[in-house]
Amino acid sequence: MQGAMTQKLINDGNAAVDEMLDGVMAAHGDLLQRHERAPRAIVARHGPRPGKVALVIGGGSGHEPTFLGFVGKGLADAAAIGNVFASPPPQPAVDAALATYGGAGVLFMYGNYAGDVMNFDMATELLELEGVEARTVLTTDDIASAPRDQRERRRGVAGNVFIFKAAGAAADLMMSLDEVERLARHANARTFTLGVALAPCSLPQTRRANFDIAAGEMEIGMGIHGEPGMRREALRPADAVVDEIMDAILAEMGAAKGDRVAVLVNSLGATPLMELYIMNRRVAQRLAEAGLIVHRTLVGPLCTSLEMAGASITLMHLDDELQRLLDHPCECAMYQLRRPGDADDR
Amino acid sequence: MLTTGDIARVFRQLADTIGAARDELCRLDGVIGDADHGIAMADGFAAASRAIDVLPGEASLADQLNAAAKGFLNAVGASSGPLYATALMRAAKAAGARAEMPLTEAPMLIVAMAEGIRSRGKAEQGEKTMVDVWTPAAAAAEQGMASGLTLPEIMARIRDAATVGAESTKSMVATKGRSARLGARSLGHIDPGAASAAMVLNVIADDWGQRVKA
Repeated sequence: MQGAMTQKLINDGNAAVDEMLDGVMAAHGDLLQRHERAPRAIVARHGPRPGKVALVIGGGSGHEPTFLGFVGKGLADAAAIGNVFASPPPQPAVDAALATYGGAGVLFMYGNYAGDVMNFDMATELLELEGVEARTVLTTDDIASAPRDQRERRRGVAGNVFIFKAAGAAADLMMSLDEVERLARHANARTFTLGVALAPCSLPQTRRANFDIAAGEMEIGMGIHGEPGMRREALRPADAVVDEIMDAILAEMGAAKGDRVAVLVNSLGATPLMELYIMNRRVAQRLAEAGLIVHRTLVGPLCTSLEMAGASITLMHLDDELQRLLDHPCECAMYQLRRPGDADDR
Repeated sequence: MLTTGDIARVFRQLADTIGAARDELCRLDGVIGDADHGIAMADGFAAASRAIDVLPGEASLADQLNAAAKGFLNAVGASSGPLYATALMRAAKAAGARAEMPLTEAPMLIVAMAEGIRSRGKAEQGEKTMVDVWTPAAAAAEQGMASGLTLPEIMARIRDAATVGAESTKSMVATKGRSARLGARSLGHIDPGAASAAMVLNVIADDWGQRVKA
């Protein structure tokens, strides 16, 4: 909250979320629709159907393409969208769930933050009154946010992408609510993220940097809302930063030689693809040295923190179940995956 | 008597006061959190006040407080949404479907709000949250009523308890809410939720304390 006001291409900070959603609908109306009664409930046009578990994800805005970009056939059925960095209230979550309910239950998935838990719990209570069973799986992949023996206290960050993907595929394969929930928990337990921040972001309503970071410094473990991380350190070359992150993640993951992983090198917003690929070069070297097999790599801004500079690395420790789910096709506005070997007919 | 006019006025005052403190609360939150608390509180009370102002004239105290709860929650979400919405719904229950209530019962609304916040947030005193303000304020209200103090005296004690409670969070380490991840780094900083809770209680206590003198 210090220094000059930041420069943004917005009209009115208070209208930023709704104007963004207008633009998303203009671009992706073939895949997404806004709930007629709840404009912040974003519903997949294809995907929700009778007998299928409804997967509803959600959280604050400012992390795009998380959450709304992962709504679509094969992934989430709907997203409830909040103000910038703030949990949505219960109503859009309830409306999203009812709009996509196929009689097989609802699974809410979101990052583990106190506000989201309270709002989605209220949504669950409201759905109960309608006779709709909703369960919850929280994502807790950020290894910086609590010690290993307190996994349930950790935050959910970029690992959301893989965890939601696995659960969405399980639901699309018409698995039961029990099974989708089990696989969602399994996916979360095997997903690990650690990030570094190099420069702050600013909320559209205040346009003030939300933390200070000195030139030549970085913060290890910074949260995706600018929550302070584990420690400040001098900024070092990319390989050294990746090594520090990979050391921490590999120690937690406990994989054996020959195990498979999925990799996500994610920008927090301002860090360009060039830097992400430079990081991924070292990630691949480290995984090869550890004797691990990279099954799939995603590189890009997939779970951002407005214009924050910095990046995170996520590894999902795959097994046959998770690999099948990650490989399942999906068609979302901001993430598409076709079946291997499918003709490029578009 | 505490009338629906009084409730509408105190919510307008809350919207003004918290709105003016928006950037300061964001600054406090930026130190140990994600810098959005001022926005949530300002938007929440603005929406709560608007929701009351559009109610028909025959609305009861409970109607007003329930409308404020819904307005706050739907505008905000976040953590403060469920916490203040639950607080206001408990206050609505305590106020009941009446157009006015005796001023001597007004402190019970603060007790009800504190219970709502505790039950929704599942936080205890000492965890560096708004509970460190609401719980001592509610205790001051209950003790004041039990010892037969006048309303201005009770309101003065609520104000003092709230202010002391907010300050006390500086020496606490957060274990709930987003700043819990900070651990010892939260020491020395006032909790923004506690700071805004003290502002809310100060507005209410000032208004109701003066209401009786007038």
